[in-house]
Amino acid sequence: MYEKDGEKYFVVDGHVHYWDASPENTSNRYGEGFINCFYDYHKNLSPEEYVWDYDKYRKYSKEDMMHDLFEVGHADKAILQATYLTDFYSKGFNTTERNAIMRDEHPDKFILNGSFEPRRGEAGLQDFQRKFEKFNFTGVKLYTAEWHDDSRGWKLDDYWSMKHLERCVELGLKNIHVHKGPTIWPLNKDAFDVADVDRVASEFPDLNFVVEHVGLPRLEDFCWIGTQEPNVYGGLAVAMPFIHAKPRYFAQIIGELLYWLGEDRILFASDYALWQPKWLVEMFVDFKYPEDAEFDDYDEITPDIKRKILGLNAAALYDIEVPAEMQAVTADQSTGPVAAEPVSPA
Amino acid sequence: MPSRQVVLDALSGVRDPELDEPITDLDFVSSLEIEGDAATIRLRLPTYFCAPNFAYLMVADAQAAALSVPGVERATVFLDDHYASEEINGGVNGQYGFDGAFPKETESPDLEELRTTFRRKSFVSRQEQLCRTLRADGHSSEELANMRLEDLPPSDEFEKYLERRAELGLDVSAEAPLVVDPDGKRVPEEAVVQHLRFAKTVRVSIEGNASLCRGLLSTRYGIPEREEKTA
Repeated sequence: MYEKDGEKYFVVDGHVHYWDASPENTSNRYGEGFINCFYDYHKNLSPEEYVWDYDKYRKYSKEDMMHDLFEVGHADKAILQATYLTDFYSKGFNTTERNAIMRDEHPDKFILNGSFEPRRGEAGLQDFQRKFEKFNFTGVKLYTAEWHDDSRGWKLDDYWSMKHLERCVELGLKNIHVHKGPTIWPLNKDAFDVADVDRVASEFPDLNFVVEHVGLPRLEDFCWIGTQEPNVYGGLAVAMPFIHAKPRYFAQIIGELLYWLGEDRILFASDYALWQPKWLVEMFVDFKYPEDAEFDDYDEITPDIKRKILGLNAAALYDIEVPAEMQAVTADQSTGPVAAEPVSPA
Repeated sequence: MPSRQVVLDALSGVRDPELDEPITDLDFVSSLEIEGDAATIRLRLPTYFCAPNFAYLMVADAQAAALSVPGVERATVFLDDHYASEEINGGVNGQYGFDGAFPKETESPDLEELRTTFRRKSFVSRQEQLCRTLRADGHSSEELANMRLEDLPPSDEFEKYLERRAELGLDVSAEAPLVVDPDGKRVPEEAVVQHLRFAKTVRVSIEGNASLCRGLLSTRYGIPEREEKTA
């Protein structure tokens, strides 16, 4: 919980990792390159006092995580999202198994999401079911750029992916987090393209698709899909830290998202340990649009809208109980999708 | 021997297709050496995992740009520090193309469709930028809908817009309407506001990505971040 100027905010960090990229677990140059790339993101976008040294960044402790998220980070709940990368790291980067350690020690703090690997076909489907029974996860996180043997990625509307999504429905897993990454078959197409999200969102109206990183670097395509599909949400992981390093860009992103998707479908996330929620939450609560013409298109972001983004929207998706004093106080003024009748920016 | 400056000028015509800015402004050209009739160019990108298709286009375009300079007979371009450096450098310098560089990983032999997708985005973005300035100067959206290219005063933004428009093969003659969609179809008065509103999202996305990439490149190589040229 975070409190500022008499306003209370219930905070759900929608995307956190308990990863291991230690040299002992790193298999090859791709694994080295991957964590190195993450570290550049971390250094480039964090305020200086929040930058870790590289050794800690590769593998941090349970205590670090509890401290950064809950003791100082203002989070009430955090959702653990898996990223396997078993082609890069021998025991995986941030698997359901590893994340489950945190959830099992602190079940009141963490929500655990699993994952599936559609390219393993029927065997993958059985494995998915077994893992669900073992770990009892709440939703899934999918990384379509994951390497697997000779394959460089997959699409959500691939046959076996659809089969897995059907299984999600049967198992009562309704929240599907999707992360688009840069390398995917076919390499001659735009790997970040989110058109497959559009198709599965229509196909599975009872599932919620949370597009991580709000579709970045294809914000425009994501916004467009968001206006068409009511069950598509935007996760702010990676977009949040721009609030410090590139504040104008952050203002534009959040302005566009609110304009196209409305205030009920945007979810806060730190992407810990890429960044830490403490400064992200504090800066977001203080956030105002810069005062120049570029931002005239956007309405002010009220404390109620901030409350929704920081926690209430995720709480609604994950059935998390929110104390009464942290519920939004004014009547719902949500605009929802606006594609049919856009407001004049003039 | 061709001068360094002439080759650099030629390289400034190569854009990152996704960021819509010259690779020279983005600081992606890390070195250029000229010996006799041979140019050797090294490129670098913001991350190890930058999309290999865009990377390939920049390496190939840099080679073509260098070869377009009179006196340059051979041009070798190396992309450094990328997970697919070997494949990309081999594909371009060995002339076996993108699908030859990544056998089994592509669906069609070239990257033209991808290039066109991003040229359309660049076009839309530049159009919005230009129209935004025109509106700030007092032109209403209705006026914009009825303007022809000949009605516009010269400006850098207008120049860039015309370049992107010509790249798509669209009409750039004086009487052609100002606001057209990426297929060249005139946007009717009642649709201009919505058209430009979505175009703004495209511009925000491109500018934001460029800004992020600049920051990551400067962090990765410990070099100062270049000034952004956009308004």
